[in-house]
Amino acid sequence: MSINRRQFLRRAGVVTALGLGGSFVINGISGKKDVVAASEYAPSTQGLKANHWAMVVDMSKFKTEDDFKRVIESCVSIHNIPDFGNPKDEIKWIWEDDYEHTFSGGDNEYLTEDFKKLPFMIMCNHCENPPCVKACPTGATFKRPDGIVDMDFHRCIGCRFCMGACPFGARSFNYRDPRPFIKKIDTDYPTRTPGVVEKCIFCVERLADGLMPACVEASKGGLIFGDLDDPNSEVRKIISTQYTVRRKTELGTQPSVYYLVGGGDHA
Amino acid sequence: MYKGGRIIASLIIFVAFLTLPFFFNLGKANAGPDLPTYASSSDSQCVEPAAYMKANHMQLLLKWRDSDVRDGNSVYINSQGKSFDISLETCVQCHTTQATKNTVGVNNPALNTSDQFCVSCHNYASVKPTCWNCHSGPEGATK
Repeated sequence: MSINRRQFLRRAGVVTALGLGGSFVINGISGKKDVVAASEYAPSTQGLKANHWAMVVDMSKFKTEDDFKRVIESCVSIHNIPDFGNPKDEIKWIWEDDYEHTFSGGDNEYLTEDFKKLPFMIMCNHCENPPCVKACPTGATFKRPDGIVDMDFHRCIGCRFCMGACPFGARSFNYRDPRPFIKKIDTDYPTRTPGVVEKCIFCVERLADGLMPACVEASKGGLIFGDLDDPNSEVRKIISTQYTVRRKTELGTQPSVYYLVGGGDHA
Repeated sequence: MYKGGRIIASLIIFVAFLTLPFFFNLGKANAGPDLPTYASSSDSQCVEPAAYMKANHMQLLLKWRDSDVRDGNSVYINSQGKSFDISLETCVQCHTTQATKNTVGVNNPALNTSDQFCVSCHNYASVKPTCWNCHSGPEGATK
């Protein structure tokens, strides 16, 4: 009972038509009605807005160990950052480091030895050309229109390409379940799961509520946060009138965190 | 057929075993999910009508997530023009039984044997949402 080519094509055509027609009929009977047409999404009205969020770290305001501790603690407590107690697993959003690790490669000859011994406040630089965003295969790290390099923890698959791409070491990976290592869980912010990368997000959740980032509030003027594109903002005034440096500018990532070294009694 | 009798007899036994659960439960009514009674004012409506929420809450939650995290739009205006803050806390403000006090990180309201809102249906349907692996449970919303 062999069939010839003509018969085969005819039968295949009939089966295809049946299949397509059947799916139309089933869709018609089940009647899709899952769209609530009138609903929409809007930004919160009290949220702070900017074209390019930027931060200035006033080195003169970070003198004692307590100045650093207070700022770091303000971030740790509201973002549920775990403390694993060992540097290999450490999760860092904002931290303190020495001159060599902060400004390696870009030695400015006019900086005094004094300056090179200072500790620095470090966080994600929210670069204008963020290499982590380019490296991320899932779009979990993305750049918002207001300049903030944000993390979508839902999408992170833990490949850690971003950690390799970031020249500032601003990203940390959850090798272990962080929940048992969080001192006190703040229920206003989610925790993370093992296999997710995290970093400073300039407190986007607080900006949406009309609040300044937690570290800025805790710094007593040591951290200044504002819109770099606004000529009247405090950050812009400082950057355009005083001497500031940025980390590893030779890499061309254009950090949005500026270090004010001219203020106070340093430099 | 070679050894036909044995083959057919074996097949009958096999089919009998296969359909045993079906005949065992024949005539018994399916109790359905153990729906919770939760602490909410009875006159209030969810962010959308209940029928819509029952069928589409998962799609709505995904849209909420993308809208809030990726687009920065943290307010949802529903089909009646009412505004809601996009957050799981908005959900659990009403959808909580408060019968079991959940300790965040220890007791998972969506997965463990609590009588919280999500778990009652989701256990029945054998669907395990991962929301509460990171987000805080009803305790946080009612504080």
